[in-house]
Amino acid sequence: MQITSPTFKANATRALNDPQLQKALGHVRAGFMEKRLKAIDALPEFERLRDSAKAIKDHALAHLDLYLEAYEKKVTASGGMVHWAETAEDARKIILDICRGVGARTVTKGKTMIAEEIGLNPFLEGNGIRPVETDLGEYIIQLRNEHPSHIIAPAIHVNAEQVEADFRRVHNHLAVDRDLSQAELLLHEARRVLRGKYFEADVGITGANFLVAETGTSIIVTNEGNGDLTQILPKVHIVLASIEKIVPTLEDMAQILRVLARSATGQEMSVYTTLSTGPRRKTDPDGPAEYHVVLLDNGRSAMLGTEFQDMLRCIRCGACMNHCPVYHAVGGHAYGWVYPGPMGAVLTPSLIGVDKSGHLPNASTFCGRCESVCPMKIPLPRMMRHWREREWERALNPKAGRYGLKLWAFFAKRPKLYRALASLGMPVLGAAGGRKRRFRALPLAGAWTKHRDMPAPEGRTFMQQWRDRDAVQKQGAR
Amino acid sequence: MSARENIFGKVRAAVAANAATQKDRAKAVAQRMARPPLGVLPARAQLPLPERVELFCARALTLAASVERLKKFDDVPKAVSAYLRDRNLPASVRMGADPRLAALPWGKSRALTLRRGASDGDDETGVSFAAAGIAETGTVALWSGQDNPTTINFLTEHHIVVVDARDIDAALEEVLARVRKAFGKGKMPRSVNFISGPSRSGDVEQKLVLGAHGPRALHLLVVGDVR
Repeated sequence: MQITSPTFKANATRALNDPQLQKALGHVRAGFMEKRLKAIDALPEFERLRDSAKAIKDHALAHLDLYLEAYEKKVTASGGMVHWAETAEDARKIILDICRGVGARTVTKGKTMIAEEIGLNPFLEGNGIRPVETDLGEYIIQLRNEHPSHIIAPAIHVNAEQVEADFRRVHNHLAVDRDLSQAELLLHEARRVLRGKYFEADVGITGANFLVAETGTSIIVTNEGNGDLTQILPKVHIVLASIEKIVPTLEDMAQILRVLARSATGQEMSVYTTLSTGPRRKTDPDGPAEYHVVLLDNGRSAMLGTEFQDMLRCIRCGACMNHCPVYHAVGGHAYGWVYPGPMGAVLTPSLIGVDKSGHLPNASTFCGRCESVCPMKIPLPRMMRHWREREWERALNPKAGRYGLKLWAFFAKRPKLYRALASLGMPVLGAAGGRKRRFRALPLAGAWTKHRDMPAPEGRTFMQQWRDRDAVQKQGAR
Repeated sequence: MSARENIFGKVRAAVAANAATQKDRAKAVAQRMARPPLGVLPARAQLPLPERVELFCARALTLAASVERLKKFDDVPKAVSAYLRDRNLPASVRMGADPRLAALPWGKSRALTLRRGASDGDDETGVSFAAAGIAETGTVALWSGQDNPTTINFLTEHHIVVVDARDIDAALEEVLARVRKAFGKGKMPRSVNFISGPSRSGDVEQKLVLGAHGPRALHLLVVGDVR
């Protein structure tokens, strides 16, 4: 997909002035946070499970080479095939070859963010294969020719009346007087249309929430059941997953499952947790005849062993964006690539380069909510700061800011001079603030004062007040 | 070099794997997979069987499943017929070859048609026999095979699942132990399905609607007197 992260500021402005989007974002603010809190309050062991889940992923990442080897062996032993893809292009080619191998014309897809990452749909279309998204949210945005704006609720930016309009535009069979005014009626219409597609498809592609090294199993967690129909009905099941999805054992998966759904949707368990291992067995009456796993690196191995390794613990629950004031304000599309919100602000620079996505780690007040709700305890704000440092080292941020910071640093490193200037400057600025004691405009900070006034300094400087306070306390101690 | 070798090369370099540490690392990995640690198990489900069954039923109800308790297995066909009648559903059910289902007195429900094998998508109602239940979350576990074909779990509108009360475990981990016992350590059936209520979607404006692509109703028949 086209990367628009470099124009994040313009994207954000557009998002803030889009009434449909702002209405839709109200659902994020209202729903997710409350549901998560309720689910967590009902499980006294939640914090301990968080620690357990974090430790599992840390162990898995520290031994990733060995677990990948074990996983591959088990997949092969169960009759499946593992394909290794270093880049998005490699993954696309592997998938196309598998599809061509069975003469595929239609491919159904369960929800997978990796497919977005590698731009799979336009590529398949360009090669004469029709991809059909089956998750309701993904189906809606496919009709709208859009991209997901949230990693677990891809159509969160769309309102029901917009969906109705899209269905009427594309589903030609619909009678004019057919009632589609409720979410329920929209869902049933989508279900009816998609039911046929599952049977039509030659290949089903899903993602994976986990890959289990112990058994060579891939796991998907869904509520709709679309991922399951996608993988049981076609001849071929392709699992598309990135290398950091590995967990050592089934028990490890069970630990992380307990924090996943609670953090994502406030459910204790999603409706369907499906463990898939290999193709159908000789005596099985259903299931795919071929089982392929495409394992994608695409920049992950370069994060291992760096200050960004912690990001590889991410289980894509979406809690960070559900709690992010910036995401609440501008939604997911403003971030300009596949992964939005705080996890996107950290992951996107790793995957497409900080030169293109430097705005994302800067679009944060470091309020810290994302880290506090992350079930895997990923230090998201700290890693955004690392990206800001890298940006600085590579001189990627704007000149005015760089000179300003350098100027400030010059004084900050000379405390005596700094204090002398501050104690001189305070009364001058205080007087300049006038009777209202604030500035309506400031030189070089026009963008800042456009929306608010800058209060004028009052009284003495911080250091002066601190000295006074110290003196008073010492007297009190005597 | 192949993509596989390149990826492994990068991963090994990043995790600082070298000849000196490799033996210990391999040992740690092999041990973990041979004897998987259990981790943290929520206390709420660690109960004696009768309370576990109660908890299972209560949790399943919160998932919008419906639950019916039966004293004995012979009551199952009658309960299935009544379920269909009450909802004006066709008197036909799809089911697999599970010997525990085959042994039930279906003949006494005269009007009921039994369709055997995998679902072709034309079945309103399917009946499965759960491999186990999970009290912690009200979840049922099923695995693929002729006994309980996976298509029945997803293509039917109404999914009726028979659960032997004695098979209700505290936690998912105990079901994993059952899978290992049935198929051997490190081996799996093609699919293991953990099902927690009927299918649903919240994709339109975060409004939860039941009956997405899978069944719109999940009816649990919990059989056996465990008091």
